Amino acid sequence: MQLLTSLIDGLLIGFVYGVAAVGLTLIWGVMSVINLSHGPVMALGMFSTYLLFTNLGVNPYLALIAVAVFGLVLGLVIYAVAVHRVISAPHLSSLLATFAVNMIIIGIGTAVFSTSPHNIDFSLGSIYLGPIILPAARLLAAVAAILFTVLLYLFLYFTRPGKAIRAVANNRMAAELMGIPSAQVLALSFGIGTALAAVAGGLIATFFPFTILSGGPYELKSFVICVLGGLGNPLGALLGGLLLGGLEGLIPTFMPVSWVPVLEFGLFILVLLVKPSGLLGAKT
Amino acid sequence: MKALQRFGFWLPVLFILIWGLYILTVRQDSAREQAFTLLMFVGLASSLNILLGYTGYVSFGHIVFFGLGGYSGFYFLSAHNLPLLLSALLGGVVSAILAGLIGLAVLRLRGAYFALATIGVNEAARAFVSNFEPFGGATGLFVNYSVYQGFGGPGPALWRTFIYLWLIVLITVIISYVIKNSRFGLGLLAIREDEDAAMVMGVKAPRAKTLAFMFSAFFPGVIGTLYFFKNGNVEPGDAFSLHMSIEMLVMVMLGGMGTVFGPVIGAVAYQGLRGFLLTSPLFKNLHLAIAGVFLLLIVLFVPAGAIGWLRERFLKLRKVLE
Amino acid sequence: MKGKGTVMMALAAVLCLVLAGSVQAQAPAAKNVVIGFTASQTGKLNVEGMRQINGLNLWMERVNAAGGVKLADGSVVKFTSKFYDDESNKGRVQEFYTKLINDDKANFLVSPYSSGLTDAAAVIAQQNNRIMITAGAASDSTYKKGFTLVYQTYTPASRYLTGAVDILAKLDPKAKKIAIVHEKDKFSTDVVNDLKQYAEGKGYQIVLFEGYDAGTTDFAPFINKFPKDVDAIMGGGHFADTSTFAKQLHEKGIKPTVVALLVAPPEPKFAELGEAAVGIIGASQWEPAAKYSPEAAKAKNLEWFGPTVAEFVEAYTKKFNEEPSYHSAGGFVAGLLIEKAIAKAGSIDTEKVKAALDAMDIMTFYGHLKFDNTPAAHGLQVGHDMIYIQWQKDPKGALVKEVVWPEEAKTKDVIPMPKKK
Repeated sequence: MQLLTSLIDGLLIGFVYGVAAVGLTLIWGVMSVINLSHGPVMALGMFSTYLLFTNLGVNPYLALIAVAVFGLVLGLVIYAVAVHRVISAPHLSSLLATFAVNMIIIGIGTAVFSTSPHNIDFSLGSIYLGPIILPAARLLAAVAAILFTVLLYLFLYFTRPGKAIRAVANNRMAAELMGIPSAQVLALSFGIGTALAAVAGGLIATFFPFTILSGGPYELKSFVICVLGGLGNPLGALLGGLLLGGLEGLIPTFMPVSWVPVLEFGLFILVLLVKPSGLLGAKT
Repeated sequence: MKALQRFGFWLPVLFILIWGLYILTVRQDSAREQAFTLLMFVGLASSLNILLGYTGYVSFGHIVFFGLGGYSGFYFLSAHNLPLLLSALLGGVVSAILAGLIGLAVLRLRGAYFALATIGVNEAARAFVSNFEPFGGATGLFVNYSVYQGFGGPGPALWRTFIYLWLIVLITVIISYVIKNSRFGLGLLAIREDEDAAMVMGVKAPRAKTLAFMFSAFFPGVIGTLYFFKNGNVEPGDAFSLHMSIEMLVMVMLGGMGTVFGPVIGAVAYQGLRGFLLTSPLFKNLHLAIAGVFLLLIVLFVPAGAIGWLRERFLKLRKVLE
Repeated sequence: MKGKGTVMMALAAVLCLVLAGSVQAQAPAAKNVVIGFTASQTGKLNVEGMRQINGLNLWMERVNAAGGVKLADGSVVKFTSKFYDDESNKGRVQEFYTKLINDDKANFLVSPYSSGLTDAAAVIAQQNNRIMITAGAASDSTYKKGFTLVYQTYTPASRYLTGAVDILAKLDPKAKKIAIVHEKDKFSTDVVNDLKQYAEGKGYQIVLFEGYDAGTTDFAPFINKFPKDVDAIMGGGHFADTSTFAKQLHEKGIKPTVVALLVAPPEPKFAELGEAAVGIIGASQWEPAAKYSPEAAKAKNLEWFGPTVAEFVEAYTKKFNEEPSYHSAGGFVAGLLIEKAIAKAGSIDTEKVKAALDAMDIMTFYGHLKFDNTPAAHGLQVGHDMIYIQWQKDPKGALVKEVVWPEEAKTKDVIPMPKKK
């Protein structure tokens, strides 16, 4: 029974990890940029939800829409200011450019919010399924995570800009030759990627307290998930999220919790070495 | 010994030599402390540059060698009472051996995959050390204050540590120069430009990369031991800070990747700026953000770094700046 | 010639008198004493760090407004402070303390927040022969390393949470099983190691003893591991993780008799958890409701020093618009200790002040203060005791923080954790 509870707990949170990772992997897939400002953007998503809820009384789940829009705009700004110029430069440049954005967000965020923990006091109680007790907030977060992933899927496969993004991801040169304005598409993809990060942050804020520094650990998890699912593969990222969440739930039932990161990152390195295309290995 | 006739060799070497001598002559504690912080980063940046600048492999988690080497050295020092210098060198050796083993596996990856793998190595190492009892687990290791008495008190101990650090950094820079101008270094540069082509031309890439990785891991291990000794204690959080690891990349980038003098200048400039912002009453709330803006501007507009930019701009300088 | 000499001597004597007179006519020269420290203005320990600064500043304002401290030679000492942001990070701590001592001429030092940072700073304090008062460095190990100039204001880790075991014994004499979950940092690990020893000594069974990494947010893996019939859950770490832990315990409906956690519960901000806070017990160094008074001091035959509890709380609340927590009190009392020791020594000379601190045995609004002065654990706080608080509901249903332990200081009786309906 403990096993089952742990597994469900892990999977629910895995959905949320997945959303953040999908954002990261989308950016990577389209423009081969590892976005090091992903974590702070998640933290900003947490704070936006918090501010909307505490100051305006907006239901945190409704606030997600506003948070998504905010994330999109933020992404466009970050892209225009920091990423566009270095998009064709060596990896190190884009890594450092996004890291600079990371420092700026954390720096300003610390000055404004301090690093003290904030907490959205919006309790939904718990749901009792026989002996299994599930916090309702996690369940809802998982539902919202699935919803956003479905929306992303519909967008990518059934709208013109979505198709353009996939075309650019596939082959930027060819897409440009076909008349797709790649600069705009890149900006849009970056925006969607950060919007997903912000949404994931907003969801996390509904069940965990957070600080401006909270994004960091989730950013690292996103890296792991992206690699598990195959860099650049959104569906893989979601499944990778579930896998990681499941592992985080299950491993502790067999050994001390503090060994979880050792195994997680060990697995991460192993997958990189043995099957860099990800466990799903759909794309190379 | 052609190197001895080259200005590009003497510039960084004299810079560090004179700096250290100056600190030793004024014998002032706060000057020493500041120089210690700066020199430490000069050493870290220069050693990272051996891998990053020469082979083009972006090691994101390079701090892992500072952590593992430093932890090992500190362990020899605190648990086995070995002398400081010996412990530090052993820390470096452990670090280099680990780098050899890790490198055999990870260096097969290229580009972003390699970068991600090194993050994974660092995080796995940190999580492992905080569960590893001989290294004190989560609470880490410490030395008793009486250890400093063996040096004649904490003052002389800190001076001695500074001198060791200074010499190690000097050696780091010399090695960095020697590698760059050797046959081995040319092979590394070829790998940076095009690894496959380099292999075709007869560069034994896997061996060369692993060696470069080991060289660039040795010095952080030594420096780590000295730094932890100076603090008197070490905890996993200090030893494997990913943030510091990224700062090492920043410093190399600022000064100019693949140049010998660049990382020296980059480290002094970056850490000097951070120190100034941190202690200046004007910026104290926004120091991190300002450092971020500054970095962004450099990355966007001077991607070759200070020395790289000078070399591109003034061709004559190529002879003197390396 | 002889006459001329006498005249000259007389003139010189007169001159001396005049000069001396003019000096005496002025107010006695005020010496400026600089208190130097680094604080976690940014980084993960920022809340605790800022409260500590506030407390210290309030003390300084008070002592300066009261005219400073008078020394044996008649001069008066006033205080200023100088600090740098250490970013909650060991990187530059030693550099900054050296700078504080050499460039900013700090006469006395206050420690950074957290044990790891303090250990690094202590090396520099010793090297430069400066006294350092620690606030927020609770690990016992710091004081067992052979430092001679480091003095602790907080109750050390070894006595931090042991009272929770006594509370459990009182609430449920039949209780047997305790689960301990803690942050894997120096402070929390030290606390729970001693807690475990204490509990086992009392015949309790430790059913779970595990650590988590700093920054952990998901505690479900631990919570799912608790046996159904666990009687008490103890541990925690710093504010963020501990309050998360409390929240998730509530969501999972885990309600053992006692839940006693570190650091977070005494913070006024803990009330933000709402329902999840009810019944949680916390160990606190000090509380605004603490009952230390000059009368209590007299009963214990101790000297009273400084403001009363009410005076401190009122002044702090007025100045910073928030209720003081024990971190605030810790900052204030660090200053108070320096003030008292200087006054007693009549000098700001390190050796003399050190002697005064070694012999100190006083009662303040913060409680009893006395240091271990044996070489084995020099500077360890042996006088001060922890207070245990519990979040309870008043008749109107509002959350209130009550002091429940020790018995003589309590404002309300301790209650078992209310069970889930």
